Amino acid sequence: MANNEEILTKEITLNMGPQHPSTHGVLHMFLDMKGEKIIKATPDIGYLHRGTEKIAENLLYHQFVPYTDRLEYWSAMGNNLAYVLAVEKLLGIEVTERAKYIRVLVAELSRITGHLTCIGAWALDLGAMTVLLYAFREREMVLDLFEMICGARVTHNYLRIGGVRYDLQPLFKEKCLEFVDLFPKKLDEYEQLLTGNRIWLKRNKGVGVISAEDAISLGLSGPILRSTGVKWDIRKDEPYLIYDRLDFDIPVGENGDCFDRYVLRMEEMRQAARIIKQALEQLPDGKPCIDMPEVVPPPRKNIETNMESLIHHFKLVSHGFKAPKGEVYASIEAPKGELGFYIVSDGSERPFRVKIKAPSFVNLQAIDPMCKDAYLADVVAVVSSLDPVFGEADK
Amino acid sequence: MTIGPDSILIKNIKEKFGQSILDTSIFRDEVTHLIRKESLLEVCKFLKDNSELQFNFLSDIAGIDYFPQNPRFEVVYHLYSISRKHRVRLKIKTEDGEAVPSVTTVWSGADWAEREAYDMFGIIFEGHPNLKRIYMPDAWDGFPLRKDYPLKGYKDRYNPFGEEKDKR
Repeated sequence: MANNEEILTKEITLNMGPQHPSTHGVLHMFLDMKGEKIIKATPDIGYLHRGTEKIAENLLYHQFVPYTDRLEYWSAMGNNLAYVLAVEKLLGIEVTERAKYIRVLVAELSRITGHLTCIGAWALDLGAMTVLLYAFREREMVLDLFEMICGARVTHNYLRIGGVRYDLQPLFKEKCLEFVDLFPKKLDEYEQLLTGNRIWLKRNKGVGVISAEDAISLGLSGPILRSTGVKWDIRKDEPYLIYDRLDFDIPVGENGDCFDRYVLRMEEMRQAARIIKQALEQLPDGKPCIDMPEVVPPPRKNIETNMESLIHHFKLVSHGFKAPKGEVYASIEAPKGELGFYIVSDGSERPFRVKIKAPSFVNLQAIDPMCKDAYLADVVAVVSSLDPVFGEADK
Repeated sequence: MTIGPDSILIKNIKEKFGQSILDTSIFRDEVTHLIRKESLLEVCKFLKDNSELQFNFLSDIAGIDYFPQNPRFEVVYHLYSISRKHRVRLKIKTEDGEAVPSVTTVWSGADWAEREAYDMFGIIFEGHPNLKRIYMPDAWDGFPLRKDYPLKGYKDRYNPFGEEKDKR
């Protein structure tokens, strides 16, 4: 007769990733396990480290904008926005009203693309493939809108220091309104598939729980912090651009589990559609860029016909502009959380130091407390609910 | 809202730690305190617990290399208060090879941020529970974000286009 002490479960360490379909890129985790139970989860990151901050120190201010697209590539407009806001704060300039509205528009559209990818990939990881296909169908519509705005679909490089690169196309307003009217109905479709789904509930409810206190102490932000009941959204609490003029709600969870994070993201997409609609309705006329020749290059058609404009453009592109000595920190509410850029300037035309506060990087710290005493299969749900993007986490 | 010199972000801290604050500046409505390295932990605890300030959220930690100045490094802490909705920036100066007190006991989220500063600059955080590289491989030579580290990296068998190490 075997007594309990003889049936031993040996502790093993399992390597999950970096090549694993449900680690969302190149996340590598050491999972110390006892049977199916996780004792400790240690994330190992850096597989996508490109030294973005070092590159920034060697570029002119305006040359760094395309690099920010490659940080959080599922919603690239948000990164552009955080960076140009930081540089504009350093320069002490304020963009035109129209540019502010356009920026809010594209930032919220990119929030939708980011959250759609999150929900789609998450559902796929937990075995519901249909949602991914649906989510990407709608994401495609947003990408078409982006293409209409700036010609690019994923890495836009659309925002520029001093405004936005191009004005909106005449057809854009109509197409965008069409999308925001349709989109909430599509969200209902996903909710039909997931929200009441027994498998989805079993895999997400009560999984990856974290308390509000721990979440704040760890520095978590975005939907992950709000799922614990902490109502902190930079768009409301430190309004930038025109968010203080728009009417929208910040959804908050109560349990701090994966399911709450799912519900929050769904609701945030609905709110984003609301914001877009209001911004489109209030969109004022005006210039897309401020009138500041030392920062903003002349319009494209002038460069082709006017010698002075060509010289101006050449001078600006090759030499850049000098920024005053000082240091600023600007942050926005990106889809993943607080995305901040800290820029130290020594008075030259290149930043002395750029530090990127990437929400994915900070949020990944929560893997260990969330997975403790959970089962291996729950790790997949937890990682999906944290929604890390490695372009950003690894910089 | 503009921040003046009588803001609680300056007054409360100066009243309590007048000796430890080396410099205070306001630029673009952001308050920066340069403080003595030795009193960092005390100041952080005070900022977190003071009922008027309540800096419960550590936004970020950044290292800066001012090579060839002395002391060489600066460590910058961005703090935020979720309840009071204000921000402050703390800075300390440190020399290469000298340890800086870790703030992981005050905000547990400082763990990875300090590891990143160590990985990129070689700044040592005393009292950190697990101070090792976070992005670069453990056996990496040098600290990439230091100003004297070449942009192309050092030449080795994986990086034929890097700079020769002894050329510096």
